[in-house]
Amino acid sequence: MSRIKEKFNSLREKMEKALIVYLTAGDPSLRITKELIFALEKAGADILEIGVPFSDPTADGPVIQAAAQRSLKNGTTLRGVLQMVEEVRQLSQIPIVLFGYFNPIFAYGTEQFAAAAKNAGVDGVLVVDLPYEEAPELRVYTDKAGIDFISLIAPTSGTERTRRIAADATGFLYYISITGITGTAAPQISEIKTAVDKIRKITGLPIAVGFGISKPQQAREIGQFADGVVIGSAVVKLIDENKNNPDLLKVVSGYVGGIKQALR
Amino acid sequence: MKIMPDEKGHFGIFGGRYAAETLMPALIELEAAYAKAKKDKSFQKEFACYQRDYAGRVTPLYYAARMTKALGGAKIYLKREDLNHTGSHKINNTLGQALLAKRMGKKKVIAETGAGQHGVATATVAALFGMECKIFMGEEDIRRQAPNVFRMKILGAEVIPVASGTATLKDAMNEAMRYWVSLVRDTFYMIGTTAGPHPYPEMVRDFQSAIGRETKKQIRKAAGRNPDVLVACVGGGSNAMGLFYPFRNEKNITMFGVEAAGHGLNTKEHSASINGGRIGVLHGNKTYLLQDKHGQVRDAYSIAAGLDYPGVGPEHAYFHTIKKVNYVTVTDKEAIEAFSFLSLQEGIIPALESAHALAYAMKIAPKMARNKIIVVCLSGRGDKDAQTLIEAKLL
Repeated sequence: MSRIKEKFNSLREKMEKALIVYLTAGDPSLRITKELIFALEKAGADILEIGVPFSDPTADGPVIQAAAQRSLKNGTTLRGVLQMVEEVRQLSQIPIVLFGYFNPIFAYGTEQFAAAAKNAGVDGVLVVDLPYEEAPELRVYTDKAGIDFISLIAPTSGTERTRRIAADATGFLYYISITGITGTAAPQISEIKTAVDKIRKITGLPIAVGFGISKPQQAREIGQFADGVVIGSAVVKLIDENKNNPDLLKVVSGYVGGIKQALR
Repeated sequence: MKIMPDEKGHFGIFGGRYAAETLMPALIELEAAYAKAKKDKSFQKEFACYQRDYAGRVTPLYYAARMTKALGGAKIYLKREDLNHTGSHKINNTLGQALLAKRMGKKKVIAETGAGQHGVATATVAALFGMECKIFMGEEDIRRQAPNVFRMKILGAEVIPVASGTATLKDAMNEAMRYWVSLVRDTFYMIGTTAGPHPYPEMVRDFQSAIGRETKKQIRKAAGRNPDVLVACVGGGSNAMGLFYPFRNEKNITMFGVEAAGHGLNTKEHSASINGGRIGVLHGNKTYLLQDKHGQVRDAYSIAAGLDYPGVGPEHAYFHTIKKVNYVTVTDKEAIEAFSFLSLQEGIIPALESAHALAYAMKIAPKMARNKIIVVCLSGRGDKDAQTLIEAKLL
């Protein structure tokens, strides 16, 4: 069983919802990203989404765009991110999803990437600009390697399309809570509930909700009906604000712990 | 040749639809609406009517006699897209897309722009059809293309400065896509070139192909035969595709797509995606891209803002791999020389973009026999470039 599936199963037994935390790898450095992963696991993060920086992140809001630019300036590469995941994997079994855009993977080589990601201990990939129609190009390798392909469903997707996406999805489904880019608007809880309830009728996969969630109260409300929530921009912002603070790990852990508390 | 693109928008291995899920339903809706309009005679008639009465088509095919004589070789004809309303070929496409937007009931349009020509053409049709219009433009381009910024404002468009990245066309397109993701339900995104996710490359090609269709008729009337050579500049590649596409099945025509070599292909300052890039995925399509070995997109450079783009339309990438078109390069310096040459020889000030095509024609014409014919797409006029030339201390 995959680490992602195992995680959702064990959370279900504990009647808890998953807290999925997004970090931009290499911001402020890959070494600190690694330390943050260990700290956030302790603080209650259940799954980590590790953002692979890209020069043209068209689905991201200003916070994650800026983080990606800082990370690229630091020299972060996909190869370096995989290396870091491999190091994390020696000490931790937390499920790790690589989150990013297709071009860095394409440049690495799709087949080589799948092998390297598997070898490093990556559990899933989420490629923002690789929709259902184009996904086979990568999945032909990642599926074979046993890496989950995390699929996005948007408020605009519609029932028929959602059905097709869900039928082929693995790991969990990621419902985009706003019609927009990351971290830019507060989601409308009642609309999300309607959408998630609809998706629930179509699939048995866990459903996580993300984009724009930053507060424990929002997490608590979404946790009532979804299987997990994703927090991203809020964490990335906090990391940037505290990058020179000796208590960086403590500050970020405190925030993440607070969100997790709302999901128990 | 097979009909391209295929049903998923691929031109061979290129093209496709690499877009965020939020946009996918809108792209599918657009594809269906365009497929319907393409077959609809009343749409085509309306489009042709606006092209004629509003944009000023048919544009002339002009025999540049003094230029030909000065170069001493093949006869040079200029397809005068600079004489279109708004001063470039861009209006062909925006008229088509605006009519489609109107059919789809969308009252808000957005667009990205580099040199500002597409922005002006978009603002123009938005005014014509009473649509709300936002134009995303890099801060650097706003600075170097000030006259076009004023034109857009006069036409009632809001120009939104983009500061991210290098603040040029690529970043303007990123920002337009982000905006579109947020307001996709009621907003029509007018992409200005034969790039982007399917169906844009096909749709823009079709809207621009009047250039080649007219040229074919005109040259046959003027010279009684097809040209030997076609030349057009390639940034994203919409004027080139418009000229080349109707000739794609003709034999014995050599086509040259001219990329911007900026300060030289051996420097990092150029925009030659085919000649100096590798295959990758950006802005919704797979194509040749300027990028580093890790797949990070590199900044393009050219003195011609409209060529300053790190990718190229996927059908050009395809034409390159099947050797249908030869993709060559011209430097800033050569383009500037051609700019001045045409101005002085023919009294026509070409856009710096179009000057790249002219410069290549000037290279090959003297080596060709006098009975050979070259058609150059003069995609736009050069008034907008005065500021750039002043800053480069050339005026």
